[in-house]
Amino acid sequence: MDHPIKRDHSRFRKIIKGKIRENLRKYISKGEMPLPKGDGTYRIPMPSIDTPRFKFGERQQGGMGQGEGQPGDPVDGQQGEGPGQGEAGQGEGKKELEVDLSLQELAQILGDELALPNIEPKGKKTIQSDAKRYTSIGTTGPDSLKHFKRSYKEALKRQVASGTYDPTNPTIIPIRQDFRFRSSDMKTEYENAAVVIYMMDVSGSMGDEQKEIVRTESFWINLWLKSQYKDIVIRYIIHDATAKEVDEETFFRTRESGGTLISSAFKLCRDIIAADYNSADWNIYPFHFSDGDNWSTDDTKICLEILDQEILPSSNVFCYGQVESRYGSGQFYKDLSSHYGEAGEKVILSKIKNKDSILDSIKDFLGKGK
Amino acid sequence: MTNFRTRSIDGELQILKEEIEGYALTSGLDFYPVLFEVCDYDTVNILAAQGGFPSRYPHWRFGMEYDQLSKGYAYGLQKIYEMVVNTNPCYAYLLNANHWVDQKIVMAHVFGHADFFKNNLWFHNTDRKMMDVMANHGTKIRRYMNRYGQDRVEAHIDRVLSLENLLSMDVLFETAELQRRRTDIEKLASEEKKQGQDDDRSQALKSFMRSKERYKGKLEGPAKDDERASDEARPMAAALKKLPTKDIMAFLMDYAPLQEWESDVVGILRDEAYYFLPQRMTKIMNEGWASYWHSTIMCTKALSPSEIIDFADHHAGVMAMSRQQLNPYKVGIELFRDIEYRWNTGKFGKDYLECNDMHEKTHWNKNLGQGREKIFQVRRTHNDITFIDEFFTPEFCERQQLFTYKYNPRTGRNEIETRDFQLIKSKLLTSLTNFGQPLIEITEANFENRGELLLRHVHQGVDLDMGFATETMRNIFQLWKRPINLLTKVDDSETLFSFDGKEMRTRAK
Repeated sequence: MDHPIKRDHSRFRKIIKGKIRENLRKYISKGEMPLPKGDGTYRIPMPSIDTPRFKFGERQQGGMGQGEGQPGDPVDGQQGEGPGQGEAGQGEGKKELEVDLSLQELAQILGDELALPNIEPKGKKTIQSDAKRYTSIGTTGPDSLKHFKRSYKEALKRQVASGTYDPTNPTIIPIRQDFRFRSSDMKTEYENAAVVIYMMDVSGSMGDEQKEIVRTESFWINLWLKSQYKDIVIRYIIHDATAKEVDEETFFRTRESGGTLISSAFKLCRDIIAADYNSADWNIYPFHFSDGDNWSTDDTKICLEILDQEILPSSNVFCYGQVESRYGSGQFYKDLSSHYGEAGEKVILSKIKNKDSILDSIKDFLGKGK
Repeated sequence: MTNFRTRSIDGELQILKEEIEGYALTSGLDFYPVLFEVCDYDTVNILAAQGGFPSRYPHWRFGMEYDQLSKGYAYGLQKIYEMVVNTNPCYAYLLNANHWVDQKIVMAHVFGHADFFKNNLWFHNTDRKMMDVMANHGTKIRRYMNRYGQDRVEAHIDRVLSLENLLSMDVLFETAELQRRRTDIEKLASEEKKQGQDDDRSQALKSFMRSKERYKGKLEGPAKDDERASDEARPMAAALKKLPTKDIMAFLMDYAPLQEWESDVVGILRDEAYYFLPQRMTKIMNEGWASYWHSTIMCTKALSPSEIIDFADHHAGVMAMSRQQLNPYKVGIELFRDIEYRWNTGKFGKDYLECNDMHEKTHWNKNLGQGREKIFQVRRTHNDITFIDEFFTPEFCERQQLFTYKYNPRTGRNEIETRDFQLIKSKLLTSLTNFGQPLIEITEANFENRGELLLRHVHQGVDLDMGFATETMRNIFQLWKRPINLLTKVDDSETLFSFDGKEMRTRAK
């Protein structure tokens, strides 16, 4: 029988996912949303429920530390404590974890956390390729691939078994039969490739906060798709009343003041797909982020037409993320949902209220395994 | 303990335990029997999530702790080497994957804690049979859940946990009333014994029955106590007599319009909160004392030469200083060592303090040799606040490179504020006051003659987080069922917050 805490644990997970005890939802903090940083330090999503208590306002309080430095020097950004010893029922420290992780591991954590299904790459012309991976052990091989630990173990086993092992003088001498070598396995990999096309409304109503959300979200989407596909290409389109393709930096920096014609971006997206990406070979992911404003209902009609006739047939899935802003009307979301339904097969819609809902929205987009 | 997840130590570990225990005893440590159990990391995480106890009531909070501990372990961020529970016998858990030298350190460390639990004044009244009590609490709450529904009971627990940090340290001492209650219970227990001479019911069952008795006594009103009997008729009058009080859970348990099971749950959670309170009040001392002893025992006796590097590495990891928060292990051990040094050399008292010759002061040595004796005495009588207040000196502060920091809104980061001794000391003491929690008391239960509750925040320089306060008051409202008022200061002006079940109103006072 499992320990009863596993029931507490699954109950906690259910509360976090909003399945039960919905009135607790407002106390859930998602933990610091991991932000892409240059030095490879990420914050792990660590959801928790904060029981409301009388407590001190945080900023006013400050704190104490030990170490070098003059008044005015920053105290953040330093490594915290090393491994500590725990003791029963003490400590109410903050759960904020920073850790070095490879992107692969990070994608794994994201996948586990959000229970993302693996994507079955499409494309008939997936090309097979064989790759050597040194994952197994053999009894023959060149010296350069000798596995010392395993060889030692074999020798030790043999000496113990044959009674020549002397615990007071534990010298192990391997003989020829003891040696073990790393050996390769053939692994068949399939060539597959994906292209992600990000489109974003950069008209005046999209502020810095909204862009930061899109930036964080796109980081995680890229991370996940990279873990799923062998090759991945990312293209960026910005638009106000006209659209143009830009590089990543410009994508997140540009701010225009013009009006908004979403169709302009969709047209450019369609042209890019038609020119460079054959949908039989490529997995295509167009993402569009905006605050939901469009210039006119006529333009929205054009948008739907382009989507239906050209973009959707060639894409795996089309994702629209609506970032809440003070100025946006959110009309485009309504238009899309009335046309495709809230839970469309090929069109996924998600509303992103604030930073805390980024994870939910990623789950919306990638949770279908397409 | 017959728990398949942990097993008692045997063989080499048992021999090691006897060796270390011998060192601890000859050093003068005094403790209840210590039972070591070995388990894997998952079990350690479970136990740690449950505050060291193998059985608790069902609640998501333990699942949350477990979630975080397991992730921390899986991602290699943290690892629990050891855990020790304040009970008699004292249970301590060892991780089976620990290195040999780690097991030695942990054992030595545990004996330090065990000595502290037994001898420190603030632990004097903690229930040493808490293993059984916690298990009983679990049984009771599970039974309530079966009867009233898990969601309903859990929601009630959530509300009560909002008050878990509002405790009164006075309760740790035997008040007259407490003593009377205790003798009543004991009388009852001895009567029970007489009734069934060969009563072979387990201690746990008896303690369970006693807690029911206690409860019954409260509800039906003991006829022997006239005053209480008459108060029973006018509960409000009785309630008002108890005010003001900082023991907010007790007040609500006795006087809020709760159903029987609801107030029993409040009582259960209150008992558990008070059990953990002394540990929260002596974090620095307790960890410092245990670290002092693991270091002393290891370095003078238990360590073999080949282990010295591993020990130094491990010890340094535990003692690491941090710029964001004080490491209680570090501050604690250094302060105990400083006290020992000062009482060995005589660097205390009038003569020393009034000496103006810096050279003489630095080389001051009266060869008193009272250090060891002094620290044993300190571990008996102090808690973190008095420990810091009495022994935290300017020299110590400088040597430990302490500073305070503050958030600078201009640069958006935390910055070193000062290294001034007085300011650091007062900030440290403030952060320890009322074990770091805001001091809240109930001052009126019939506020403005409308049966409303008035809470007063004794403002000591730091404002409350009003977002959290609102939600907390919402939870109290659901227990008291009348509007809740909170008197506090916001930006230096007295403000009265009133929560009527729907919305929060503020009024400047």
